[in-house]
Amino acid sequence: MTELSKSGAAVGEPTSTSPAPSAFLEVRDLKVHFPTDDGLVKSVDGLSFQLERGKTLGIVGESGSGKSVTSLGIMGLHTAGQYGKRKARISGEIWLNGTELLSADPDEVRKLRGREMAMIFQDPLSALHPYYTIGQQIVEAYRIHHDVDKKTAKRRAVEMLDRVGIPQPDKRVDNYPHEFSGGMRQRAMIAMSLVNNPELLIADEPTTALDVTVQAQILDLIRDLQKEFGSAVIIITHDLGVVAELADDLLVMYGGRCVERGPAEKVFYEPRHPYTWGLLGSMPRLDRDQQERLIPVKGSPPSLINVPSGCAFNPRCPYADVPKDNVTRTVRPELTEVGDEHWAACHMSQEQRERIWTEEIAPKL
Amino acid sequence: MVRGGPLAVLAYLIRRLFAAAVMLVVIVVVVFGIFFLIPKWAGVDIATSFVGKQADPAAVEGIRQKLGLSDPIYAQVWEFFKGIFVGRTYSGGGDVTECAAPCFGYSFRSEQAIWPVLTDRFPVTLGLALGAAVLWLIFGVAAGVLSALKRGTLWDRGAMVVALAGVSLPIYFTGLLSLAIFSYGLGWIDAEYVPLEDSFTGWLGGMILPWITLAFLYAAMYARITRATMMEILGEDYIRTARAKGLKEQVVIRKHAMRSTMTPILTMLGMDLGALIGGAILTETTFSLPGLGQAVLNAIKNQDLPVILGVTLITSLAVLIANLVVDVLYAVIDPRVRLS
Amino acid sequence: MTTQRTSGRRKQAAAAAAVVAALLTTAACGGGGKDDDGGTKNGAAGFDAANNKVAQASLAKKGGELKFASAQDADSWDTTRGYYGFMWNFSRYYSRQLVTNKTEPGKAGAEITPDLATDVAKVTDDGKTYTYTLRDGITWEDGKPITSKDIKYGIERVWAQDVLSGGPTYLKDVLDPKGEYEGPYKDKSADKLGLKAIDTPDDKTIIFHLPKANSDFEEMLALTSASPVRQDKDTKSKYGLHPFSSGPYKFQSYSPNKDLVLVRNTEWKASSDPVRKAYPDKISIKFFTNANDLDSRLIAGDYDLDLAQTGLSPQGRTTALKEHKANLDNPVSGYIRYAVFPQSVKPFDNEHCRKAVIYGADHVSLQTARGGPVAGGDIGTNMLPPSVPGSEGQDYDPYELAGANKNGNVAKAKEELKACGKPNGFKTTIAVRNNKPVEVATAESLQASLKKIGITVDIDQYDGAQTTGIIGSPSNVQKKGYGIIIMGWGPDFPSVQGYGLPLWSSKYIQQSGNNNYALIKDKEIDGLFDDYVNTLDDSGKAKIATEINHKVMEGGYYLPFVFEKFINWRSSRLANVYTTDGYSGMYDFVNLGLKSTK
Repeated sequence: MTELSKSGAAVGEPTSTSPAPSAFLEVRDLKVHFPTDDGLVKSVDGLSFQLERGKTLGIVGESGSGKSVTSLGIMGLHTAGQYGKRKARISGEIWLNGTELLSADPDEVRKLRGREMAMIFQDPLSALHPYYTIGQQIVEAYRIHHDVDKKTAKRRAVEMLDRVGIPQPDKRVDNYPHEFSGGMRQRAMIAMSLVNNPELLIADEPTTALDVTVQAQILDLIRDLQKEFGSAVIIITHDLGVVAELADDLLVMYGGRCVERGPAEKVFYEPRHPYTWGLLGSMPRLDRDQQERLIPVKGSPPSLINVPSGCAFNPRCPYADVPKDNVTRTVRPELTEVGDEHWAACHMSQEQRERIWTEEIAPKL
Repeated sequence: MVRGGPLAVLAYLIRRLFAAAVMLVVIVVVVFGIFFLIPKWAGVDIATSFVGKQADPAAVEGIRQKLGLSDPIYAQVWEFFKGIFVGRTYSGGGDVTECAAPCFGYSFRSEQAIWPVLTDRFPVTLGLALGAAVLWLIFGVAAGVLSALKRGTLWDRGAMVVALAGVSLPIYFTGLLSLAIFSYGLGWIDAEYVPLEDSFTGWLGGMILPWITLAFLYAAMYARITRATMMEILGEDYIRTARAKGLKEQVVIRKHAMRSTMTPILTMLGMDLGALIGGAILTETTFSLPGLGQAVLNAIKNQDLPVILGVTLITSLAVLIANLVVDVLYAVIDPRVRLS
Repeated sequence: MTTQRTSGRRKQAAAAAAVVAALLTTAACGGGGKDDDGGTKNGAAGFDAANNKVAQASLAKKGGELKFASAQDADSWDTTRGYYGFMWNFSRYYSRQLVTNKTEPGKAGAEITPDLATDVAKVTDDGKTYTYTLRDGITWEDGKPITSKDIKYGIERVWAQDVLSGGPTYLKDVLDPKGEYEGPYKDKSADKLGLKAIDTPDDKTIIFHLPKANSDFEEMLALTSASPVRQDKDTKSKYGLHPFSSGPYKFQSYSPNKDLVLVRNTEWKASSDPVRKAYPDKISIKFFTNANDLDSRLIAGDYDLDLAQTGLSPQGRTTALKEHKANLDNPVSGYIRYAVFPQSVKPFDNEHCRKAVIYGADHVSLQTARGGPVAGGDIGTNMLPPSVPGSEGQDYDPYELAGANKNGNVAKAKEELKACGKPNGFKTTIAVRNNKPVEVATAESLQASLKKIGITVDIDQYDGAQTTGIIGSPSNVQKKGYGIIIMGWGPDFPSVQGYGLPLWSSKYIQQSGNNNYALIKDKEIDGLFDDYVNTLDDSGKAKIATEINHKVMEGGYYLPFVFEKFINWRSSRLANVYTTDGYSGMYDFVNLGLKSTK
């Protein structure tokens, strides 16, 4: 993430002619827009970040903030299998290991999917095909990219199931998704994603559909596997708690844009955006009583068709009137560096934010 | 079910068969009620309506005796069931008529036992239904899938307009139109029924227009259902997963989307085939095919109650069997069904 | 022969009538279709060429397959049980009687000629004894001779109504009016020939003893139900599936409602049969369910003629008139289509109210609803069909239905209403069969014209298959308030008795299966029928028939619509074709031949 700020190629114009970056994954000014009958939905509207091998990036935001759309955009799944006229409009650049994906041949991107980059989805029950056994689905994922016979592939599937901690993998491999418990199903899903040793793993709300005890196991599993395989990992979640221990870097999204990003401990302990404060406030914490927990951010997520002018967060921001001249409602704040490798987009001055955080927010958390 | 092993499957089947048998009994009772009790309440004497213009009292009495009309209704129903398993003897006025098991009744119009009539006509209807089903599955599903994949395009709109026409146009219209064009007009096809055992090509010639006519109607329905289902399935998470694996799009469609799309289509197919096997009345009438539908139409025209009852039973049986087959196939396709 | 027909008519009948008329006019002006009138040597004989005259008799060759098509199977092919007109006509292929209708066109076809008998009956004892002698060389299909006992047994079967229902029972009513004989199946005598009214002194002689004379008795013996049946071949209720042949053809195969095939009976000798020519080698019937399909196949030349002989459907008619007029005949069917007024339903107990309806109706519009003058028939002016001796046709028109009042006479109708005590009209219900679109159309026409004279009419379409049970029950008619019933009737045999007795005699009022819908209880009419059966000379019989007709018309019980006509198809292959009054204007099936035997 540091390179981005130093090169100055932050948010702004598309830079398709710029040279290949040295980072493993670099997203530059990604925009994903969907034309609908009601207007253009700007799900992602100018997002940039970088990620190195062996590192974990957490993308955090409410539903509709554009985090899932981002992940699907990287995977190239917005264009694959788009039928009919209403195709997503995507611009910007996505560099993966020296290849720009958006301008690449779709079939080349397809070949990268599953092998170079793999994905874990939120609800493993609906994400796994109900009519095929776990084994069949893993075997299929493996054989797309490896020219091996079914027997070899199945051995690999059993091996993977074993690796993700499924007991009696040689038996369970022939079970159907509905015969697995939720946690086991997500383990199987992870096994399927990792079967080709992908260098990039995107986990989209990997624990949301699971109960609390299982959540921790899955997160541990992802961490262990990342260490083992050395992959770059993107974890997408609405829950800061999920990425608290896992992520090296954090990126907070609001209304299709990045509002704050930086090293995880910075964003956690010195957040510099009121939305991040809200997210921290709504984070469930085990050391608190139930009543005190979960103070959600007031109001509802912004419309992605008519994004509020100025700061997109201004209608919900308790400090919208702190800056002068109504600037929060007229001028869109850009990301500015607020600390070492720590960036945030807010009109309030550094001092104002520091004061509010230390005096008003932090004590209540 | 599957975890329970073959025994559980057997138990399941037995349970279903038992339910089917109960259903059949209910159907017989209801049909009996419709044909015997309602005229009674309406003050119409069935026996009289069976006799011709000079209703000789002896003739009326003879009919009453043969049909057992003076017996209480439960006795009549019981006699009917007994006949299915052990055969039955109709007697009256010194005339004795044997109806061997399985005796599904006896037509006093044509003086024939129902069962041989049904077995004689069944192959015609079966041939019609199966042939048409093959056509409509191929064309209906293909058109539906293409429409779903190319939704919003000219092809999609065109196909759906044709499908709407197919669903709305009655068989006797499309049937007569096809006859007028291909048979009477151009003379390409001699659309007259020839039994399969007499001549294969003749049979094919006689069946092709009915098949197409019937298939047109059903293909239209299937195209619409396939399109809707396909579109829904394409939005499923597991399709996204399949793509995320790096599968080629056509494999995603063929292997992942199609299999799920087939489930509701299979259910429909079972119901439709079952109903058609009971007699495609309009198609058989339009093309003068000597199948069950024609038999039932003649029976209705001639007030031939036993035939109506027999065909109704066979139809119900066909629908029940078709449903049973569908359920079993369902379990084969969708492993989740086996649990419940 | 008032059997149910499936004529395949549609509601467009009225519209079609106009088309038919127009087409006929064009053709008459010389603008006709492909094969216009006249007919070529191997082509169709021409329009109406076989109507009451023989067409192309000399072209008939021996051999070939004569192909019938039909939208309806017979009620039964059992000679005792069949009542459909076409069944009687067709049955002459495989059954013979003592006497039968002449195989001649038109009126002559209704006359009696000897068949199994050497001559017509020797009538003695004031018309109470009929004696016949059988021909030599008459045989069954297995070569055994047909004896007088076979004839007696065949006639006795009419008594077994509890087993063999459906056929006409005239013979039973005349020979055994008290119903003493129980029928052959309950007959205690060894030979089962216990019927006292028939004597068979030897195998060649048969004598009928009538308790009371009946001048139409020989007509009754010409009915199919007087056919011989051999006792050892009598399969009782199943006889109709395979009747044992006494005629030139025998059953080869029969599947009810599917097909029937007759082949030559090789034991039949032409020398023993002065009536039947037996041209084709094979005769087949294919049964259809779609009347339009049937017509199209007739026109395409796949079949030779329609078994039911009830005319082409409107679509087929239009095509045929346009393109194949020379293949059509337009005979009078013998049927009268009419409305009848049950006297049990008020105010139709009052003859003036009945007459108000007769005057108020628009007779041209009713005729149009029936199909117009060509496809429907001439406006009916009285209740005796033109084919019945004693009929005066349209010359007798007491209410001027085809004359001054043909479009309805509102003034006259109102006068009658006043006389009836209902000057402002009344409400009533028309009962009409729901399976006869043409009848429904006539009911609607009647409804419209009666509205003009203040009579409000509901139309009740009842289940046509239940006709006998619904309108054949006087109590039901009264309960439902059916003041007007729409029906049709044709003669069983061409006489006032064979047509009108069940309709007009008080003795025929029954609690179920009633046909005297008007509930006529007129001593004069009953007396005239009594006179009729005792009158043996033809002119006397005709005179009484005329008188009965007048009485019925004067009572105002009926509103006749049309003397029905059909447009029937005859293929270009057919030779020796003619219509006969013996079978109500149908082609005489038994002597049809083919021009080519391939």
